[in-house]
Amino acid sequence: MNAVVHAKAESRHLLSGNEAVARAAWEAGVRVAAAYPGTPATEILENIALYPNIYSEWSVNEKVAVEVAIGASLAGSRALAAMKHVGMNVASDAFMTQSLAGVVGGLVIVVADDVGLSSSQNEQDSRYWGRFGHMPILEPADSQEAYDLVKRAFDLSEAHETPVIVRMTTRVCHVKAMVVLESERLERPTPGFQKNPQRWVMTPANAKPRLPIMHERDRALRDASEASDLNVVSAGGDRRIGFITSGPTFMHVRETFPDAPVLKLGFSHPAPLDKIRAFASQVDTLVVVEETEPLLETEIRAAGLEVHGKTILPRFGELAPSVLRPAIKALLGEAHEAASRSRADLFPRPPTMCASCPHLGPYFALSHIRNLNIIGDIGCYTLGAGHPWNALDTCISMGASLSMAHGMDKGRGDSDEKKSIVAVIGDSTFLHMGMQGLLNMIYNRGNVTVLLLDNRSVGMTGGQENPGTGQDLHGLPAPRVDFAKLAEALGVRPERIRMVDPYELPTMVKLVREETKMEEPSVIITNRPCSLTDRFERLRAYTVLDDQCTGCGNCIDLGCPAISVARRETVTAKSGKTKELVFAQIDPNTCTGCHMCVETCAPDAIVQPEPQNRVIRIHAHA
Amino acid sequence: MRDGITNILVVGIGGQGVMTAAEMLARTAISQGYDVKKTEVAGMAQRGGVVSSHVRFGPKVYSPQIDAGEADLLIGFEAAEALRWLPHLRPTGVAMVNTLRIAPPVVSAGLYAYPADPIGELAATGIEVHAFDAGAIAEELGNTKLVNTIMLGAISDHLPFPAEVLKANIVEGFRAYKPKLAEVNAQAFDAGREAGHVKAVSRQLTA
Repeated sequence: MNAVVHAKAESRHLLSGNEAVARAAWEAGVRVAAAYPGTPATEILENIALYPNIYSEWSVNEKVAVEVAIGASLAGSRALAAMKHVGMNVASDAFMTQSLAGVVGGLVIVVADDVGLSSSQNEQDSRYWGRFGHMPILEPADSQEAYDLVKRAFDLSEAHETPVIVRMTTRVCHVKAMVVLESERLERPTPGFQKNPQRWVMTPANAKPRLPIMHERDRALRDASEASDLNVVSAGGDRRIGFITSGPTFMHVRETFPDAPVLKLGFSHPAPLDKIRAFASQVDTLVVVEETEPLLETEIRAAGLEVHGKTILPRFGELAPSVLRPAIKALLGEAHEAASRSRADLFPRPPTMCASCPHLGPYFALSHIRNLNIIGDIGCYTLGAGHPWNALDTCISMGASLSMAHGMDKGRGDSDEKKSIVAVIGDSTFLHMGMQGLLNMIYNRGNVTVLLLDNRSVGMTGGQENPGTGQDLHGLPAPRVDFAKLAEALGVRPERIRMVDPYELPTMVKLVREETKMEEPSVIITNRPCSLTDRFERLRAYTVLDDQCTGCGNCIDLGCPAISVARRETVTAKSGKTKELVFAQIDPNTCTGCHMCVETCAPDAIVQPEPQNRVIRIHAHA
Repeated sequence: MRDGITNILVVGIGGQGVMTAAEMLARTAISQGYDVKKTEVAGMAQRGGVVSSHVRFGPKVYSPQIDAGEADLLIGFEAAEALRWLPHLRPTGVAMVNTLRIAPPVVSAGLYAYPADPIGELAATGIEVHAFDAGAIAEELGNTKLVNTIMLGAISDHLPFPAEVLKANIVEGFRAYKPKLAEVNAQAFDAGREAGHVKAVSRQLTA
């Protein structure tokens, strides 16, 4: 990963799209870069942080990240903000108006759409923002193009004084491909902020004259798109179908139909309609292949051209060769034999929490307490909705848990009468957008029990830092927010702020029981680090003494991946009732010695064996 | 191999080193002058979920994804995962499979069943499948994390470049970043290469 940081021009590298963006930003002379972690965009800032002469930070949320980049741009610096698709929703308030005001230093927003939802709560097409906010969109198809287009984006941004969106997808961000580096860093003059209230103070009186300027910019950008070498025809002899592609769909189309002509749109908004019209005249049938909304298709049809798109292709998900082939064959009236894709009858492997995960304790508690509505949030703890906890009832957007829980408290229905409302949120999500919900709940005299699961990391994206971890993007010491003091400052009574070790299951259960009975808001804060970060200390593995295990199955209810069922036995009691006993075993390679399961074991059958100097055996039976 | 493109699918479970093995193949292919693309289909699980890594290389590679029925080689780090992805292999392809079985919590809980004999099911397809216990070899060498180097060794005689080139790339990588592990990885590669010569299970069945 680090090698490319020092690489010279004209060298060849295997880079992910995200790594390519980072190198391009450095070469383009970017001075400020900001982001909030989010799959599949996280590695952009992680890689930018490796380069010299760029100030880079984890911002607390995407809106803040964009505003940081805007400030730098107004000072004349080139600036970049990166985020996943849902981050754009958060950031939009800032860029929608900045687009009207324009920019000074090149301002590029790199957004990564999770097409196919590999790690997201929805599937969004960020190309809408270009239409909505009057910003041009560049769409790379692979790592080389991510590298090329990010550099072009800065030039375009400065030439037209507009923010530019570089739209990536998971299949560009995370694919590793060859990149040939073109140059090294070019330092640029940074003039400094030039005061100009009419331009930068967006009161109605100042904003109104900017509207015709922005619309004129749209026209200029359309001309630029028409003339751009990023919108180029890739020739093909089979003219029955001409494809129009944006982003990675070019690769899928070229792979599947190597002989078809393709108009490849790298500068996809504003769409070069004249170029498209000329291309359409050279082919029998026009097919737009775009992920995921029919944006170009609609615009092309509105321009009076006959075109296929989502009329024949799936409305959502990736348009991989396996998806394109049958649809296009059907359009051509050709037979297609579908290859079986995978063994659908095999068991699934749903994502699971890790051994020693500090979220296991709270979910053990929540799954053992009745009459709760548990309002969740975005993070690893969303997995609490799954087996075996089944202890999370909602998840929609970052920070929503506290405000939704407050709303559910105020809007209680008949079945909620005797229930307590619980909000579950992690440290980073709380700081991203959750704390406003707490402030609102206190201000409006709500009653919600908040579980603030502080694992000192942004867990789901790979353990990034945040203001609660005590370190910054570069791993350097940083001021660490005190969650208890913060909750108190927002108005929670100190008596109702409870710190707890999530590994101490009896205490955990007792605290949640107590606080959910209170007639006022509580905040329960857990204090163990994510077990995948360096802050976690791995201890010796535990083992189950088989002759001591009574088969109660309590430890299995914890949901720890190190614990599994060794065997089942059905026993008949004197009363004639039958009962299934579940005997447990612990995988010594997976167990990290957290002792949570020990707390569930009445007969003390879970013990830590004396250390032995031998290789730990993997369970291998063919 | 069609159009000079080699398609390799590496499958297993998060945390097993699947992505590292795929990266090693991709880097070696680049060093041999090929155009390369590598992509993962990994869910949000950092641990415990299915991971499938696609490596494609040749004169010019467009799509990073290997279509169903288009893989030339399948490296399975776990028996049931090899079975899950076998339909991605061409009928003329080769699968190299670690016989390790890892049952997820949903199986342990009795919600789903783990196949009784995944290797037997692989054999029944008639495709060339080589299966061996990579975990046992790793254990003999004293480090269970060696499984991915062992699997790379096992597949190395089926690649369009010499096995020695892949081995040298792996060992040099360790020499640069974790020099203490260079020698044992060289041994693991050789042991895996030897193990990969095991008779194909499918042939045994039909013989």
